[in-house]
Amino acid sequence: MADTTKKISPEKFTFVNIGERLTDVKFDDKPIGYFKDAWIRFRKNKASVVAAGIILLIFLFSIVAPFLTKNENSFMDTYFAKKGPYIYGLNKTGFMDGGVERDFSEVGLISKVAIGIGAADWDGHGATLEEGMASDQQPMLLIGEPEIKLDATKKEKRYYHGRINAYAEVGFIYKSIEQAELQHMRDWEAETGLHLLYPLVEDNKYNVDPADANNWYKSKKYQPVYTNEKGKIKNLDIEAGLVGMQLEDNYKRDADGNPVYYEFTGGGTLETAAYKVRVLYNNYYIYKNGFEPRYFFGTDSQGYDLMLRLAGGLRLSLMLAVSVSVINFIIGAAYGAIEGFYGGLTDLLMERVSDILSGVPFIIVATLFQIHLSAKLGAIPCLLFAYILNGWIGIAYRVRTQFYRFKKQEFVLAARTLGARDRRLIWKHIFPNSLGTIVTSTALIIPGVIFNESMLSYLGIVKLGTAQTTSLGTLLSDASAIWTNYPHLMILPALFISLLEISFNLFGNGLRDAFNPSLRNVED
Amino acid sequence: MLKYVIKRLVLMVFTLFIIVTMTFILVHILPREMPTDKVQAQAIAARWEALGYNKPVLQQYGIYLKNIFTKWDFGTSWYIAPRKPALEVLTSRFLPTLLVNFYSMIFSVPVGIALGVYAAIRKNKWDDSLISTLVMVFISVPSYVYAFLVQYFLYFKLGWLPLIMYSLADAGGSYFTGKMFVSMIPAVIALSFGSIAGYTRFVRAELTESLTSEYMLLARTKGLTRAQATSRHALKNAMVPILPSILSEFIGLLSGSMIIEKIFSIPGVGQLYIRSLSLFDYDVFMMDCVFYTFIGLLAGIVLDLSYGFIDPRIRMGEK
Repeated sequence: MADTTKKISPEKFTFVNIGERLTDVKFDDKPIGYFKDAWIRFRKNKASVVAAGIILLIFLFSIVAPFLTKNENSFMDTYFAKKGPYIYGLNKTGFMDGGVERDFSEVGLISKVAIGIGAADWDGHGATLEEGMASDQQPMLLIGEPEIKLDATKKEKRYYHGRINAYAEVGFIYKSIEQAELQHMRDWEAETGLHLLYPLVEDNKYNVDPADANNWYKSKKYQPVYTNEKGKIKNLDIEAGLVGMQLEDNYKRDADGNPVYYEFTGGGTLETAAYKVRVLYNNYYIYKNGFEPRYFFGTDSQGYDLMLRLAGGLRLSLMLAVSVSVINFIIGAAYGAIEGFYGGLTDLLMERVSDILSGVPFIIVATLFQIHLSAKLGAIPCLLFAYILNGWIGIAYRVRTQFYRFKKQEFVLAARTLGARDRRLIWKHIFPNSLGTIVTSTALIIPGVIFNESMLSYLGIVKLGTAQTTSLGTLLSDASAIWTNYPHLMILPALFISLLEISFNLFGNGLRDAFNPSLRNVED
Repeated sequence: MLKYVIKRLVLMVFTLFIIVTMTFILVHILPREMPTDKVQAQAIAARWEALGYNKPVLQQYGIYLKNIFTKWDFGTSWYIAPRKPALEVLTSRFLPTLLVNFYSMIFSVPVGIALGVYAAIRKNKWDDSLISTLVMVFISVPSYVYAFLVQYFLYFKLGWLPLIMYSLADAGGSYFTGKMFVSMIPAVIALSFGSIAGYTRFVRAELTESLTSEYMLLARTKGLTRAQATSRHALKNAMVPILPSILSEFIGLLSGSMIIEKIFSIPGVGQLYIRSLSLFDYDVFMMDCVFYTFIGLLAGIVLDLSYGFIDPRIRMGEK
């Protein structure tokens, strides 16, 4: 075999860096730690980022909502209960005009249209239909073509499909006031140019329901009537539709034929005497509150501003969910760490305790806490206790497993050899390794808390509704009997709660995928 | 194995005992009044005395335990069904709860498994992402929202189904009549959305895992088609964790869903809980608490043990 080795003379070799100190070169990039790595992975997960955005928006909404409206948290208006989204003055735009689609019978339609005519007829001159329809107090936003339908008694009747402003539909109300206020109202009318006081209505046989201030025109059994040239009472012809219809007013008039605006109803001295007046409620609202009715989400079943109620409920849910998960995180981490680190008898005993606690059904805990403690501590702290009693067990279990995994590893032994105490070993060396799992399961507690809170308040086990604030479940439960007539009462809370649940689940899954990429798509 | 089973059962009884004791004391220190009824006054007073309700709480608890062990007597209903045994009141509520949940289960298990299998086979294709997205949504939305949607569309808009479940008298005196079944459908649908989504997610996760395992590669190598390998090997292995969870879910069925029972007025166990609470019928409430605790514990044990029965390779009780 031929020798193919090259002969290189030793002089050709030189030392490259003789006399230099060899040190580590600093990395040009910053090191990517565990959390940075997770953050990079989380950012790539579009659905989770969107979910986080939605959560943030809902949170912002719950904080900002009270500043978007002049209504106070505890502001309640019983006349405007259960109404849809409304901004005063947006009539006939079809958007947030407080409108509701409905079918009207002929007399029903006339009684609604009459509110607008009555509102135009503040001085008793006898407003025409055109004036009434043009009035901004006209509740009818749209009137469709008549249709023949069978009514409840199987008679053929003419119906009109229409859209009505549920706020203007309130129309007129009777109010009992003192003399001083009457003068105040007069001054306010002169100042703003809005009409507040309207003529009182005669309490005679042409007034169907004397308690209802909207019956200002003469009618018999809801059928409008008029006096003909010979002074006889005849039914108004409404077969031809509303065109040219002239309702005849039934106002109280004094000897000169001028309409009467107030009436003495009782009381002693001049100051305390009560007067009955008839006011247009929309304007009375402005007079009373100093601002126009403005309900972005409508009003709830009792007449509170639904947007404020929702924001309050969301704040409560979020606050409760976050505090529950933080407290459970702390308890679970400490408990699981001690169990996992010490093992043996400590572990066995602590496991039995958590076994027993985890057997207690949540609903029973929540109920018993409410019965025993809600009078002393209030409903919300009781609910918090109920969540905490056995909510931390899942986290403790995960921490314990992680501790079993890591405590026998070399780095722990090394730290121990160097003299690290137990506390340092637990929190500094082992615990950070389990942080990813725990953060994930802590985040996934939140949707459960929100659901359970809404369920308990829906079922009435926990009573969270007060004048100041309420919960989403209470809103749903208040709406449950009437929501088919007022869908917004159900749709809005249900929408918000569904959005929150979906977002928190997506967010939690995103966290899990980011912290433990090996667990992607695996449910535990 | 037997040792482990016995250990688990003893532990369960022990846990149950502790929880029942705590619940009993918490329930019985609440102020309670003897129901006033002129005709039955004597009988009520006698029963009241026999249950020891004038004595201290711990003595009452002694009588309670003694009654359970000697006579299988869990106390008396005072308001919901006056002077009937609490156990009887509870058992009379089983059937509606069980039926509604059972119908929902026999509907949602096959659908859920089928969807899950389909999604796993078509993994990372558009139909898988569609199914997974829908699963995410359906799992998150609370069950009462489905209940409202079902009521709104199937009752108010279309008028196909009744709003709430018929009472026994309306449906011909039995829970098994066709009319009764129809009136249960809204509740069944409302319950099914969530559980279908749950099963789909579970099956998809398990099956994806077994589809990527090495025995599948072997099966394909030895000449099985993809369909054969999937149905004979992957599916079989994926079912190991799925079956126990279905089994334990089945036991959990008995406790029912309170909110669905309230919305559809199903005269079941969950509704009994709410009613006994609002009527202060504490013996029935106590009975319901015992029952819920028992079902919860039992479902947990069955879940753990059935792994070992279904797949003997899984050794129980070993760390």
